[in-house]
Amino acid sequence: MDRQDVLLETTDLARHYPLTRGLLRIRSGSLRAVDGVSLKVRRGETLGLVGESGCGKSTLARCVLGLERPTSGRVLFKGREVGEWERKDRCRRMQMIFQDPYSSLNPRKKIGAMVGEPLRIHGLGARRERRAKVAETLGLVGLDPEHAGRYPHEFSGGQRQRAAIARALVLEPELLVCDEPVSALDVSVRAQVLNLLDDLQERFGLTYLFISHDLSVIGHISDRVAVMYLGRVVELARSEEIFKAPLHPYTEALLSAVPVPDPERAARPVRLTGDLPSPSAPPPGCPFHPRCKKALDVCRTTPPELKSVGERGLVSCWLY
Amino acid sequence: MAQSILEITGLTTRFTSQRGVAKAVDDVSLSLAQGETLGLVGESGCGKTVLALSLLGLVPDPPGRVTAGSALFQGQDLLSLDERQLRRVRGNKISMIFQEPMTSLNPVFRVGEQIAEAVRLHQKASKARARERAEEMLGLVGIPEPERAALSYPHELSGGMRQRVMIAMALSCEPDILIADEPTTALDVTIQAQILGLMQDIKDKKAASVLLITHDLGVVAGNAQRVAVMYCGQIVEQSGVRPLFREPLHPYTRGLLDSLPRMDRRHRLRPIPGAVPGIFSQPRGCRFNPRCFEAMDICRGQAPPIFERDGRGVRCWLYRN
Repeated sequence: MDRQDVLLETTDLARHYPLTRGLLRIRSGSLRAVDGVSLKVRRGETLGLVGESGCGKSTLARCVLGLERPTSGRVLFKGREVGEWERKDRCRRMQMIFQDPYSSLNPRKKIGAMVGEPLRIHGLGARRERRAKVAETLGLVGLDPEHAGRYPHEFSGGQRQRAAIARALVLEPELLVCDEPVSALDVSVRAQVLNLLDDLQERFGLTYLFISHDLSVIGHISDRVAVMYLGRVVELARSEEIFKAPLHPYTEALLSAVPVPDPERAARPVRLTGDLPSPSAPPPGCPFHPRCKKALDVCRTTPPELKSVGERGLVSCWLY
Repeated sequence: MAQSILEITGLTTRFTSQRGVAKAVDDVSLSLAQGETLGLVGESGCGKTVLALSLLGLVPDPPGRVTAGSALFQGQDLLSLDERQLRRVRGNKISMIFQEPMTSLNPVFRVGEQIAEAVRLHQKASKARARERAEEMLGLVGIPEPERAALSYPHELSGGMRQRVMIAMALSCEPDILIADEPTTALDVTIQAQILGLMQDIKDKKAASVLLITHDLGVVAGNAQRVAVMYCGQIVEQSGVRPLFREPLHPYTRGLLDSLPRMDRRHRLRPIPGAVPGIFSQPRGCRFNPRCFEAMDICRGQAPPIFERDGRGVRCWLYRN
């Protein structure tokens, strides 16, 4: 891979939270939210990050955005450590969209003011230019520029998410981190927003780090997919390949558990037994082994590394 | 078709507020057969939950009120029962599972006690017998070490475990009908698969009927035998599950299916334009007409009745004979 093409890179990224006990806050252990993740995101692509709740995908996103300081490892954005960037410079180049447009928009601010705020903070353009830019951006996301004077409660959920997207785009960032951006939306509106994200990427050459627990959404939008389990990436491959023939037993179980809207094809899922182990006490060896049907002896003692399997991609499993 | 166990006819529930009167459920007729799972799908605000609450007399009054219709269950009309009679049905012959188990379990009681309470109330069982039954149910829903789990408080359990407790509670009196309102929406996919599989197993074992309310067409495809699609308080299509997915009739059903991203293919989605109208601003004529690609003049002026086609029901003028 050409270095020029890599927009974002994490190396052995880890974020552990200290767990304390009692009044004296004695350190009793640590919660390993992200535990050694190495990823590359190429310019113009969509990297999907999928996993169940608590697998560390949002913490990873927060580290990427510089909102969270990694415990160890590095995050490089355009070849430079995220923490070393001037905050304003960084914000101009990477922006985010969150899950819930009801709580990510200020209810007391008009949509136009909210979308224009980043421009004001960064001191871009005179007032009139800013207003024109806001109108243009609202139009871009499919909102009526005439509605800039309305408050969030006057919009539907889908429109609010469009406004949040407009606010993220107004600075013309290169990387957009989308954390469950369509999970709170109804089926018909979700499709509208997914199409919008597709269009915007094509038009502006945006790069997406797209986080979701919903495999149908991830498969639909991503070029490459990273599957996370307990703070680690267990498989990373091109989207078509991962969905056609998953290699890691966890990916396989996850895929088979997705309800397919086709009664003729409703397969019996590979039922995983047991719950997700706690990230504060991950099992020794491979973190998935207690729930894995194919576990070998070595899985119980030694954690596998993320290794490439031919041209197919990366997988962290002793079977390969 | 197997014998029908619940026959809903013309059920209408209105809500009154300062902004006017809204029909949250409007002239809904459905039947649930013995041993079948009927999927009720629709987007948020379409009235699926209010429909379920109406059946059990749980609609808060005021502002809501069931104003018309009947729901025949074992020779009695659920909608005309008084509170005392309803209590004998609720949780006993018909029970319900809600979406978020944390808010439907009492945080200050041990889960075993909460299950036992239902058993003592409905089955007049002794305290010891009820406790035994609670442990037995916890084992049945696949909770490891049921004796110990019975002594836990809800916050000590994971989301999947809590939902199992809810199912154990709902099934503890061996109900004839289980109403499951988005039972897996708050859960991860692998846990969702466990819970749905569990509901299926138990349903088969006890020959109970299930009304499965969900917004997820995938869940319906894999778990229901028949489907009713709801939009703005009305059933717009009712059909067997296979024909519905093979050849959806109503433009809304088609729109929903075209809106679904598929994990194995990148294709342009064809969303339904616009948004669901507010409950106080329903359009004239067919409620779907402003978002419908095939709307005709008649759709704008006159609300369609339900037309029958190949044993399926569809509320759309396209199917007028």
